[in-house]
Amino acid sequence: MAPPLLEVTDLACRRGGRRVFDHLSFALGAGELLALTGRNGSGKTTLLRALALLVRPDAGTVRWQGADVRAEPETWRGRLAWLGHLEGLKGDLSVRENLLVAERLRGALPAADRLDDALLALDLSPLAARPVRTLSAGQRRRVALARVVLSQAPIWLLDEPLNALDAPAQAAFRVVLQKHLAAGGRAIAATHADLGITASSLELQA
Amino acid sequence: MSGFTALVARDLRLVWRRPGDVAVVLAFFVVATVLFPLGIGPESNLLARIAAGVLWCAALFASLLSLDRLFASDYEDGTLDLLLLAPWPLELAALAKCAAHWIVTGLPLVVLAPFLGVAFGLDRPSLLALAATLFVGTPTLSLIGGLAAALTLGARRSGALLALLALPLCVPTLIFGAGAIETMAIGKNFTTHLAILAALALVALATTPWAMAAALRQAGE
Repeated sequence: MAPPLLEVTDLACRRGGRRVFDHLSFALGAGELLALTGRNGSGKTTLLRALALLVRPDAGTVRWQGADVRAEPETWRGRLAWLGHLEGLKGDLSVRENLLVAERLRGALPAADRLDDALLALDLSPLAARPVRTLSAGQRRRVALARVVLSQAPIWLLDEPLNALDAPAQAAFRVVLQKHLAAGGRAIAATHADLGITASSLELQA
Repeated sequence: MSGFTALVARDLRLVWRRPGDVAVVLAFFVVATVLFPLGIGPESNLLARIAAGVLWCAALFASLLSLDRLFASDYEDGTLDLLLLAPWPLELAALAKCAAHWIVTGLPLVVLAPFLGVAFGLDRPSLLALAATLFVGTPTLSLIGGLAAALTLGARRSGALLALLALPLCVPTLIFGAGAIETMAIGKNFTTHLAILAALALVALATTPWAMAAALRQAGE
């Protein structure tokens, strides 16, 4: 059996009548990282949203193990972990509560030790009981990354994951990403900064 | 189903952390209804006649008052993306949001209304009928309001637009809700009204989640 493959063929997207990208094709095998680069407004976020089925592409297909993901969108979404521009955190809930709620909304019941591992991996253990609204932008970003780690989803879609992160946090992120890839996971990251991990790269033209 | 209960529990917990948001809505309901006896004067026959309509209208406005934040807060902090990406139907998520809204506004209105009814000189059976009709009718208000909130998501002046969209759709519920108490007053049974209110609630339950989900997907694009 061939290794499970994420395959994008001829994907095209238009927003408001303007072409964002077209004839976009790539494939991603187990343990591979794809870095999306390109100028501001070149469609990196739109591509990520199209892969997550948040935006309807105008043409092309996204296939997972040979099957079009739009045939079973809910199964596909269950395989994704999403980190967008917005962290998707509730300011009134603590770090730990935010992570628990996010997992439950994915239909999973996280074990306490996995939660502690995710907190530890991003150096959030001392902040676990703090309400998210009291955290700085970088700390919130780390909570969002911890959510991605906790999800154990095989495919990570990350939009500017290094935004607002300081050097130790960036290093911690690299460690968790490498661990994810070593375990056979995949990741697609839109980024301006160097991720510091060997990655195939796809440059989008504005 | 676990996602559904998780979302209801999360919304209830968020309200619990900021009880002021709900307190304002309930205070509005109390103040708005109490203004009528003060404005009209202590003519108990007149007050008893208009009581049902006034309380129902106030309940409608109060439930609309808190609806513009129903999806907007999730939209603004990115949680809506997580709901859109959740591996269970978005229709259920929309329903869960409305259920949580009903628990924190609809249900307290049902409890409060009979006490306010006393200020209008309603007799005991009428107070009971008032609570019963509100209990069956307020879920419809949450569902229709939820639909309006989803449709106006991201729009400018969404609060006013929401009211304009939701109010006409709530008219049938209002008519039968207030009508039930009038029927009581002329000595007839109000079960027909209650059955119609329940039917309206069921129609809303069967249709609005799909419309809300479609509107939310549109907003997510």
